[in-house]
Amino acid sequence: MNFIPISPKERDAMLETVGVKKIDDLFEDIPASHRFPKLNLPPALTEMEAAISLGEWAAANETTRDLVSFLGAGVYNHYIPSAVDHILRRGEFYTAYTPYQPEISQGTLQAIFEYQSLIAALTGMEVSNASHYDGATAVAESVNMAYAQFRGKRTKVVISPTVHPQYRETLRTYVQGMGLELAGDDAQAVTSDQLSVISEETLISLVDENTALVIVQYPDFFGRIFDYTKLIEAAHGKGALVCVAANPTTLALLKTPGEMGADIVVGEGQPLGIPLSFGGPYLGFFTTRKQYIHKMAGRLVGETVDNRGQKAYVLTLTAREQHIKRERATSNICTNQGLMALASAVYLSLLGQTGLRQVAELCYHKAHYAAGQLSKIPGFGLCFADPFFHEFSLCCPRPVEEINAHLLEHGIIGGYDLGQDYPALKDHMLLAFTEMNSKEDIDYLVDILSEASHD
Amino acid sequence: MNIPSNLKYAKTDEWFNPTDGSAGLSDYAQGQLSDIVFVEILVSVGDTIEAGKPIASVESVKAAAESYAPVSGKVVAVNDGLADSPEILNSDPYGAGWMVKIEGGDASGMMDAAAYEKYCEERAH
Repeated sequence: MNFIPISPKERDAMLETVGVKKIDDLFEDIPASHRFPKLNLPPALTEMEAAISLGEWAAANETTRDLVSFLGAGVYNHYIPSAVDHILRRGEFYTAYTPYQPEISQGTLQAIFEYQSLIAALTGMEVSNASHYDGATAVAESVNMAYAQFRGKRTKVVISPTVHPQYRETLRTYVQGMGLELAGDDAQAVTSDQLSVISEETLISLVDENTALVIVQYPDFFGRIFDYTKLIEAAHGKGALVCVAANPTTLALLKTPGEMGADIVVGEGQPLGIPLSFGGPYLGFFTTRKQYIHKMAGRLVGETVDNRGQKAYVLTLTAREQHIKRERATSNICTNQGLMALASAVYLSLLGQTGLRQVAELCYHKAHYAAGQLSKIPGFGLCFADPFFHEFSLCCPRPVEEINAHLLEHGIIGGYDLGQDYPALKDHMLLAFTEMNSKEDIDYLVDILSEASHD
Repeated sequence: MNIPSNLKYAKTDEWFNPTDGSAGLSDYAQGQLSDIVFVEILVSVGDTIEAGKPIASVESVKAAAESYAPVSGKVVAVNDGLADSPEILNSDPYGAGWMVKIEGGDASGMMDAAAYEKYCEERAH
């Protein structure tokens, strides 16, 4: 196929129409000396030299392959079966843009349909869209949906301060100019005492008849697990919807937000077979109940039969999207994260229900073993007494930055410094544990921290 | 095309019945939209509405449209049945497909059946 959009003849006709003789005439307003300035570049490298040079730069990075990592805070270092990458890189899937035309894209559409089915099953919800950019944007889209559901008549959103700080930041950006009040989004005012009890009562007291949506996280940013059933009932009592931002790995082991009665369940899909890769691309999953499907943002693939009675997949309910509904659409983002959604569908299919549960159990048990060992070190202790999944907050005797620098000298990536987002949690470190951390790794962390406490 | 003579019509293709205050989408409009798959009534009983403001959001397999209040007045009834069977708007736009009932509506500025028929024909060309 010829990708050159115009022939010389067509180009001449266009130049004549706009009244110039040659292309260069169009750039006359830029001084000639600035059109092609001499660039101060070293001599060009051969491909072989460039590959060696780039390889050396890449090797200077220290990654989770070289170091032991206990960093989580929203993204988690899980094992990714090699089949995931092999399937992703098949030419049929590996495209720059997701083709949606059913005539040519049955494979892509079926992959998205299977992804939706898997995510709906995992969250305990009735319908999943084709995905969003990441967990933060999925949370923000839940607000768009609730806003549309109440047709803008309810103008308050209650969000727990224990929702990921970056999700809350993204949300603040999204709601600019929408005339929405964000209640509860105040990490500054939260003390460590309050955080340990920031519970249903605190949030419920903020929910009123003007509240469109209540947003909580499961496990919360500090790794803690709460059953939100009562909170959800109370919010429904005021007519509000509830969105739970969930870690998908957790859902293989614990009660799903769907079972708790949530109206919307979203989250970061990165733990499902997507590498850390310096922060992205990741995957935002978004699920809801059937009754709200017309207000849901994003694309949706459905199963149907073609004119010969064969099973077929198509985009469905597209009239709610922006290309048809224009400014009245719930969201102006229809893009999905096609390749990453496929990665998670492949990952989930390879592991199966039992495999994913095993991953979740390994994470849970390793984190609890580590918590037991770490809290024995003089000066260190668990900040919260609440049940947790695979991440917890450790109170430290010294600034987290200093401790992390010491750990890095010993080949360990330490935890997330909670003081940067929660002033009251200065000297608090958030540590995450997955199946990638062996018992030896954890014992090594305990040893190094024990040394540090003696310094 | 079915254009009952006892009704009044708006340029935005809604009908209004001055006798009982009911209002809905014309046969011409449902035909243009084709198969309707979703209807959401945007007003509630007790609302005071203004002519020309949206009263319903309609989605078909190929388009999304809004329906506007043909007259100003007070909403005294809303057809809740449409949400579960939006296809009624296609099959019975002037009967079971009514959307809202409006009290105190003044239809004097609206088209009669003959004028509306002409209006629809003009747009067909």
